[in-house]
Parts: sequence; structure tokens; C-alpha cells
Amino acid sequence: MVKLEETPLPGVGVRHDFDGRYGKRVGVITHRDGRREIFVSRRDDPDACAQSIVLSDEEAEAVADLLGGSTITRHVSRLTQDVEGLAIDWLSMPGFSPYAGRLLGDTRMRTRTGASIVAIMRGGQAIPAPGPELPLLPGDTLVVVGTPEGVVRAAGLLSGEDSGAAG
Amino acid sequence: MPLAQLFLELGAVILALAFVGRAAGRLGITPIPLYLLAGIGLGAFMSLGDAPEEFIHIGAEIGAVLLLFTLGLEYTSQELRDNLHANRGVGLLDVGLNFTPGLLAGLLLGFTPLAAVLLGGVTYLTSSGIASKVLADLGRLGNRETPVILSVCVLEDVAMAAYLPVVAALLIGGTLAAVGVNVLVALAAFALAFFLALRYGPLLSRVVNVQSNEALLLSVFGLVLVVAGAADLLRVSAAIGAFLVGIALSGEVAERTRTLIAPLRDLFAAVFFVFFGLQLDLGAVPEVLLPAALLAVVTSITKFYTGWWGAARAGVQARGRFRAGATLIPRGEFSILIAGLGLGLAPTLGPLAAEYVLLTALIGPVLARFDGQLAPLLDRGRPGETQVG
Repeated sequence: MVKLEETPLPGVGVRHDFDGRYGKRVGVITHRDGRREIFVSRRDDPDACAQSIVLSDEEAEAVADLLGGSTITRHVSRLTQDVEGLAIDWLSMPGFSPYAGRLLGDTRMRTRTGASIVAIMRGGQAIPAPGPELPLLPGDTLVVVGTPEGVVRAAGLLSGEDSGAAG
Repeated sequence: MPLAQLFLELGAVILALAFVGRAAGRLGITPIPLYLLAGIGLGAFMSLGDAPEEFIHIGAEIGAVLLLFTLGLEYTSQELRDNLHANRGVGLLDVGLNFTPGLLAGLLLGFTPLAAVLLGGVTYLTSSGIASKVLADLGRLGNRETPVILSVCVLEDVAMAAYLPVVAALLIGGTLAAVGVNVLVALAAFALAFFLALRYGPLLSRVVNVQSNEALLLSVFGLVLVVAGAADLLRVSAAIGAFLVGIALSGEVAERTRTLIAPLRDLFAAVFFVFFGLQLDLGAVPEVLLPAALLAVVTSITKFYTGWWGAARAGVQARGRFRAGATLIPRGEFSILIAGLGLGLAPTLGPLAAEYVLLTALIGPVLARFDGQLAPLLDRGRPGETQVG
């Protein structure tokens, strides 16, 4: 998990960046008018940009798709609301998860954590109300609803940290 | 016949500006100093008739109003609040280091105290227009020092919004008590308007946000002029009224207005700079060259230190600190705007400000190119700071 830093740029937009594993800072500036600017820092001067590329809204979406992210999750996550006692989270399905490639029913998510999988995002498409016979694939994003603790347990379950937990 | 003359002369002037603007683009510098030079040249070598001069004068006033309006439009009220909160330290250092030299120089040159206060404003204000353009054009928005630079600009712009009404009140003059009352009234009016803009901005934005671009442009431009006029009647300074309208508009309507009004602003702002150059007393130009140069050197150093210090506080390394300092050096549109207020007070203030803006606009960008070579030299002297090795 990369540690993403968010910095407001007054009059310009917002910058998100992280220190990449290969020694360069990588980030995206979201301009107010919707343009995205991707940049990488220089190796000898990590404060400075070596290169930056400005993308239109559509181009940014295409690049996001190529990189395997689903732009839908980003749009949906804006809807997150804080309702007392109810939590919604978007959990990604890592490749090392014990449930990658297995059926959704195998997780026995609701029985074990009290949280339900209400939708799955896959390849830019949403699968609402998935049945227990649906296979889970690495790279899926699961929309999980439940109590805040339940959602935390669900995250543990999917990443295999917490497989013994009972609800 | 007067119409033909007006069109011919005005057209020639604007075409000349287009040429100057292209030259500036090719040299990679801001056109503002060149517009000033064009105005000075115009004043020296040919004289416009009364009609064109009158038109240019009004155009210049509209230019000043639109400059402030688009400045207010740049920022959301949230950004202003956050910045005031988070960057007080740099902001105060900035005022102390960069306002004072101008003020002192003004007093040393024998200006009236008010003219000296204006000169303080001239040396204080970094050109946020130049800084943000440089950052965007050179692909430096992702740099770590960039938020510091932008924050300093935001704070200066807010400080300017409070400074202008005070100066406007001082310009009215009168006895000490009357001036005090005027200043208090101006500040109160400003605070009230600022509060209203923050509070009811969203409402105003909804009302103004009409579908048609034409209707939007007309309502915004009309609103700006009406508020600016009202502010001028209240003697708060027209430009501040415009600035507050800009602050009040937010969200989608601000976004659309910005693109719609930019060409209008560019046109009238260019006229504003030319008009300023036109008004300058050329006899005073050589006389103030030395003070202008000294002031440019001193305030380049103080401004540089402001940026260096702010960037260091944000954990940026020497080269980034160097860039932050150098980027803040150029003064521009707002220095000219402030100097324009005092042309009647001190005849040498105008030429001094013009030369000063020209010099700083050259020093900053040139210095910024040598960050790799010069930054390590500066950093060596201060081993206590974050030298990661």
C-alpha cells in the first residue's frame, strides 16, 4: 500500500503524490478544470519534476484503465456518507487473498463479519447484488456495507489476516 | 473624423502590444514590463489625441478592476481560510521583510509618508500572475516547493485586499482624526463585505449561474462594475469591490466566468499597463535608476529569503528552496496598480516602480535557472538544517 499525500495547490487544484519504490516521487495534479497532470520527480532532486504530462479528462480515464484502476470506484466513493452506525467501504481484492479465484459464497462474509458484499466492481463495470456462486477475481473491488467493525473485519478476512474471526 | 482617428490610433497601439506580447513569449518572460516600456515609448515619441487618451484611461480603470476580480475568482473561500490558518508564519515574515524596505526607501527618498506606504506595497507584492504562469509553463506544479510559493501569493493577495481600502482612505486625507475614521470605516466595510462574500457567495453563485454564456458574461461583468462603482462611492476603492465579487463567486460559475472573462481582462489589463507607462514623467527616469536598482537588489534578497525559509519549513531540499525564493522575486501587475494610486503624490514614484518591476521581472527568472549551481553554495553555510547525506 503506498502512502498517498494530498496537498492543496491554491488557485490550481489538488496534488496527490507518493514516494515510489524505485526512488522517484510520482503524483497526479488534478486541475480545477478537470485536466489531470501526471509527473515523476527527478532522482537527483526529488523536490523537482523531471517530466509532467497533462491529460484531458478522457485521456486520464484511458490511462487509468490501462493501469488497471477502475474509474468507477473513484466516482462512487464520492457518495460515501457517514450514517451513524453504518459503514460503506470499497475493498480491493489482492492477488494473495485466500479468496481470490474462489466463490463469493465461500467467504461466508455476512455470517462471519456481519458485513455484506452488495456489489463488485470489475473491469470498469459494476455487478450489483452478486450471488454466492459468483467467483471473486484478483483486482475486483468489493463494495461492503455493515457496521464499522464489521467492515474492518471484512477487510481482514479478504486479505487473509483474520480468517478465523467469527461474527 | 474623431472616430476614424480614435480607431486608427487605438488599433495601432493594440497591434504594437500584440507584437510586444509575442516577443515576450519568445524570450520566455512576462509581457508586463514590455507593455510598460511600450507605454513609455508611446508617451515619449508620439502623442495621442484627447479622445484616444480618454478611452485608454477608462480602459485602464476597467483593466484594474478586472485584474482584481479575476484574482478573487482564482481562490475559493475555503482556500483562503485554510491558508490564513496554516501559513501565518511565512506570511508575517513576508510582510516584515518585503514591505519594510520599500517603506524605508520611500522615506529616505523624501516621499510623503503615504507615498512611502505605497512604495512599501510595491516592493511587498510578488506578481502572483507571473509566479503561477511560470510554475504552469515550466511544468513545476508537481514540485514540492510549489505549494509554498502559491500560499505566499494567496496571503499577499489577501493582505492586498485589506491594504487597498486603507490606502484609499489615506488618499482622501484630512486631519489625523478624519483619516483615522476613514481608515476604520474602510476596514469595517471591507470586513463586512468579506464576511458577506464568504457567507452568501454560494447563493450569489447560484443566482448568477445561467445557462447561456452570453448572459453569464453580461451579468458578471455588470455586477463587477456595479459593485466596483458602489465601492468607489463609499471610497473603499473600486478594485476591492471587484475582488470581493470574485471571492463570492465559486464553484461552476467561477470556472465558467474565468474562461469567459480572461480575454476581456487581458485586453484591458494591457491597456492599463500602457496607460501607466504613458503617464510617467520621463525626466525622472534616469534620476531614480540607482534607487530602483538598489531597491530591486535588496528586496530580491529579502523575497528570496522568504521563499527559502518557507520551503525549508516544508521540508524541501536546498535546490527547491532556491527555486521557491527565485520564483517569488518578480513583482508585476499589483505593484504597478499600487504605484498608479500614488502618481499624484510623488512624481518619481511611477518611474521608480516601473524600473523596479522591470528589474525584478528579469532577476527572478534568470536566477531560477541556476538552482543546480547556486543552491549548494548557499546550503553549505547552514549545515544545521536538513542536509540529508
